[in-house]
Amino acid sequence: MSNTNADYYVPHSSHWPITATVAIFTMFVGGANFLNGGEAGVYILAIGFALFVYMLFGWFGTVIGESEAGTFNGQVDISFRMGMAWFIFSEVMFFAAFFGALYYARMYSVPWLGGEGSGAATNQFLWPEFATAWPLFQLPEAYAFATFKETIGAWGVPFYNTMILLTSGATCTWAHWGLKVGSRKHLIAGLSVTVALGIIFVVMQAEEYGHAYQELGLTLNSGIYGATFFLLTGFHGFHVTMGTIMLATILGRCIKGHFTHERHFGFEACAWYWHFVDVVWIGLFIFVYWI
Amino acid sequence: MSEAAAHDDHHDVQSTGLMRWLTTTNHKDIGTLYLLFSLTMFFIGGSMAMVIRLELFQPGLQFVDPQFYNSMTTMHALIMIFGAVMPAWTGFANWMIPMMIGAPDMALPRLNNWSFWILPFAFLMLLSTLFMPGGAPAGGWTMYPPLVLQTGDAFPYLIFAIHFMGASSIAGAINIIATVFNMRAPGMTLMKLPLFVWTWIITAFLLIASIPVLAGAVTMLLTDKFFGTAFFSAAGGGDPVMFQHIFWFFGHPEVYILILPAFGIVSAIIPTFARKPLFGYSSMVYATGAIAFLSFIVWAHHMFTVGMPLAGELFFMYTTVLIAVPTGVKIFNWVATMWRGSMTFETPMLFALAFVVLFTIGGFSGLMLGVTPVDFQYHDTYFVVAHFHYVLVTGAVFALMAGAYFWLPKWTGHMYNETLGKWHFWLSTISVNVLFFPQHFLGLAGMPRRIPDYAVQFSDFNMVSSIGGFVYGASQILFVVVVVKCVRGGEKATDEVWEGAQGLEWTLPSPPPFHSFTEAPDPSSITGGNR
Repeated sequence: MSNTNADYYVPHSSHWPITATVAIFTMFVGGANFLNGGEAGVYILAIGFALFVYMLFGWFGTVIGESEAGTFNGQVDISFRMGMAWFIFSEVMFFAAFFGALYYARMYSVPWLGGEGSGAATNQFLWPEFATAWPLFQLPEAYAFATFKETIGAWGVPFYNTMILLTSGATCTWAHWGLKVGSRKHLIAGLSVTVALGIIFVVMQAEEYGHAYQELGLTLNSGIYGATFFLLTGFHGFHVTMGTIMLATILGRCIKGHFTHERHFGFEACAWYWHFVDVVWIGLFIFVYWI
Repeated sequence: MSEAAAHDDHHDVQSTGLMRWLTTTNHKDIGTLYLLFSLTMFFIGGSMAMVIRLELFQPGLQFVDPQFYNSMTTMHALIMIFGAVMPAWTGFANWMIPMMIGAPDMALPRLNNWSFWILPFAFLMLLSTLFMPGGAPAGGWTMYPPLVLQTGDAFPYLIFAIHFMGASSIAGAINIIATVFNMRAPGMTLMKLPLFVWTWIITAFLLIASIPVLAGAVTMLLTDKFFGTAFFSAAGGGDPVMFQHIFWFFGHPEVYILILPAFGIVSAIIPTFARKPLFGYSSMVYATGAIAFLSFIVWAHHMFTVGMPLAGELFFMYTTVLIAVPTGVKIFNWVATMWRGSMTFETPMLFALAFVVLFTIGGFSGLMLGVTPVDFQYHDTYFVVAHFHYVLVTGAVFALMAGAYFWLPKWTGHMYNETLGKWHFWLSTISVNVLFFPQHFLGLAGMPRRIPDYAVQFSDFNMVSSIGGFVYGASQILFVVVVVKCVRGGEKATDEVWEGAQGLEWTLPSPPPFHSFTEAPDPSSITGGNR
């Protein structure tokens, strides 16, 4: 740690945070208006999104420029690392809410509906026909929901996707090794493969969603199974998409010659994020698809 | 020093007027913004409380219709929790933490600006629901389904406002963690940190671990309402009680988010005015950690009457009463700090002392509520309302007032008007007890919460409570007068301000320079929190 605080870079003013706030505010207002059936909603949402993308380019562009100009000392680098690490932890807790919902439904609420434990009266007086099962094909009030006969098995596309993400984690680490030993060729090759695998994962996941919706009848409206299935895998897919965009940005920067073998926080932050979506997927594969 | 940093040092403030405040990255500017925002929200949320007390002044429906009344209780809670108390703590953290640890600024200054500026927009969104078809959210701040799903057009705005203020809290918490772990001056070891810094780090971890869970819970509400999911619908295999579990997994750590920084402030003020070192510094740190850990395994004590299995009722009862142990350590330490101290009673000390006594009352009623069979009687009555107002008003808000009086001279460079401060204290302390103490009796007698009308036998206590409420509300205007007068002038404050004050923030001039410690302080000047 440096003894003189003057080396710590404190940017003096920035309009990017307020731009981000206005962009997200606009997106929220547009989205809420759309959900309420308003006609202007989608347009407001689109304007907000455009502003948001502009902000991303601007804010990250500024920081990348500062970074390349050597503005950040080692202590600033540590602040960035702590920031990213704890941001990822907050994301873990976001997924924990949905995993918690899945466990609660499987371990408690569905068995209770079936009359186990303290749920005997519920079963007897409300839905005597209902039997506990998982996946839950027969809902207490089936007419109100989309029925489905089959779920997506673990050993088809989900298994291939597991292999794809695990491989992409390895190629990402290979790229990092290339960066550390100063081999730009390995770095760019490794990152390119990682980004490509990320795209393949998202495309296969989208195909699988199409299959679920059109052929299996498994939708968001398929009771608690569909709800937990689509929100867990959907938020994961969204995070993979974000991670892919982040890694693609880093790839572009690597091609432009950014980063040095010892200073490459941007690369590492995205790599951490990528490993995080990887780990979440393992959880999904085991608890959503497999058991 | 790098070229860019050297260049920037000559431009302390690049913009002026409104743009200065919109784009600022300075921890003191942002701290000021947080505190002003919080004060504004305190009065908006407070005026809603006045509507509530006005309607309850007498039995029968006099002023507002029941739907609007329920939206007042809902909005009052959301605004006071997320708009008044939480931003106030972040404002104190912004102002004080860099000064207390000998840092030039917060670790991530642009993120800091973003954390603040989200809030006015999030609350604009929330407050705008008052004017929407179907009215503002009226299902209670806890947003239990299926009731909350009946909200009108306000519903998605409510959900998105929660997401937005959650993002602000997480960003703010990350910033504080990075600041404390990375920006401490040489010699400022962890066990020398002032307790306000300690309590805030632990609060920041609570925020990062709990706010995303709230985001998940309200996202499920959103998809249940608009996308046909069945998370909270038993007809589709889900369970409305599941929402309560997920919500309170956030909600219980949240109440410690509101109170832990208060412990930190009181732990700074009592030693100052008792002119004695804090008794049991390290036990204070460990007690705070223990409270934070326990806060994650007690959540279902908010739902004892919902029909949980016996094992659940017992587990959550035992963990809940266990919290009394570390909390008792703290109360004991504060009292022991004062033992044989040479005490004086300036306004910050008065508020801190009132905190210790009145927060303890709230703690005891919390213990009563934590005992399952007893809670069966008290659940959803005014006893609960009395309990959480004792911990949040005479707890959190009193500590905020104590902190504001304590540091106002440091911030403004002027002493506040002590006479007015004392008037504010005595009016607040007397009226707040007139306001909330009778609510214990109402609750024990069976008056339910969240209703605009009540049976006539509750009339007397309600009228007393309302009178206390109006006086308490009016006395807070005095606080604004004190602050404005103090900003505009007054006796010049010294660097140390208070005779017994210890810590790095008191080595800086009053008001401190724009950048707190551009040079790290001398390590020998860091004596530590247990001095």
